[in-house]
Amino acid sequence: MEETHEIVLTVNGTHRTARAPARRLLSDLLRHDLGLTGTHVGCEHGVCGCCTVLLDGAPVRSCLMLAVTAAGHEITTVEGLAAPDGTPSPVQRAFRECHGLQCGFCTPGFLCTVTALLRDTPRPTEEQVLDGIAGNLCRCTGYQNIVRSVHRAAELLSEREGGA
Amino acid sequence: MKPPPFGYAAPRTLDEALAALAAAPGGKVLAGGQSLIPLLSMRLAAPPALIDINRAAELDTLRTGDGGVRVGALARHARVERSAEAAAVQPLLRRALRHVAHPAIRNRGTVVGSLAHADPAAELPAVLAVLGGTVEAASPEGRRTIPADDFFRGPLECALGPGEIAVSAFFPAAPPRTGSAFAESARRHGDYALTGVAAVVTLGEDLRVTAARTGHLGIAATPLVLDLTAAAGSAGDWPAAAAHVRARIDPDADIHASADYRRHLTGVLTERALRAAAADALRRARD
Repeated sequence: MEETHEIVLTVNGTHRTARAPARRLLSDLLRHDLGLTGTHVGCEHGVCGCCTVLLDGAPVRSCLMLAVTAAGHEITTVEGLAAPDGTPSPVQRAFRECHGLQCGFCTPGFLCTVTALLRDTPRPTEEQVLDGIAGNLCRCTGYQNIVRSVHRAAELLSEREGGA
Repeated sequence: MKPPPFGYAAPRTLDEALAALAAAPGGKVLAGGQSLIPLLSMRLAAPPALIDINRAAELDTLRTGDGGVRVGALARHARVERSAEAAAVQPLLRRALRHVAHPAIRNRGTVVGSLAHADPAAELPAVLAVLGGTVEAASPEGRRTIPADDFFRGPLECALGPGEIAVSAFFPAAPPRTGSAFAESARRHGDYALTGVAAVVTLGEDLRVTAARTGHLGIAATPLVLDLTAAAGSAGDWPAAAAHVRARIDPDADIHASADYRRHLTGVLTERALRAAAADALRRARD
């Protein structure tokens, strides 16, 4: 019987506990042990960016991290981006408005990446947008709508700031 | 694709980590894991144990001084890239780090881990080599400092012995009137480069070139450092220096590029990087 470890971490603001072997990837812990299947698993070796989540606020590949290493940290997945009442975040709204979801497979990774990108760079240039999402791959359609969504999300965020 | 089973230790101090490694012959040290975890998932590596040093806070350091930048084993690429102090002391670090994979990888991957991984196509080994930096290794017997020249032994092979952990890397400061530049060409930004070069140029008081060196990645089994001072001459004949590099190297072909193309591209990037490094040196000399 493989040795297991108790893993306690905060996911989307909630304390979660799971028992898993050390080789359990964070992506698999989220999906299989915690039932949070919003985090998608594409390539499983760090190339596609679909499994990107926020670790203490910074985007990381959940397939390139052991769940045991994430113990004690705060994880935000795509399920944690909307407001508690379910209102989509400005980034989510922008992706919906601009048809940035397309087939939807890469969307969770893009949403997490863009959420952090716009927090750090609220008014990104075209180049900063392209560089910011360069680590996330879309394999169904292309990037025009996604890039438009990022710019629209920046607008929505600045309107919210301005209105506050 | 799932990693094979392995024993696991999560030490909180360097001493505990060394003890855990000594107790698990063949064990591997896990820091950022951005190279190691894919190797595990693809089952290209199956170490009996992982020593996860992510909780050893004493290794999460970044110190800058007149002498250079010392990066601890847990300092992530992103932290070093964002450090204004590190960029002021040795600007080449930030210039090269921007080419390392993607931001999400740089948030997790470590500078020292990239050096210990010793991938001949990686950026940081070439930077450490061209600057003449060092790696500090610890073992239960004590510590030793390994010069970059001795550290890189072959593809994915470094000089760390069994039971040794790389605890920090030292990147010497840029001397006065010294400029640097980094250039690489990859099929997509963030991918492994077909070839890349870090260039360092030093000017004399009279602003003539007194030293020119390049560190190349992706074209040899280990980072290749070339002294181009004589080839460039004191007037800085960068096309001649690039021609010297093209004649000197013997790159391999792979599915992405023929050997001839890599040689040509290396010459182009070398000339470009040397020119930019010389302009940088001139700027710094006039500041």
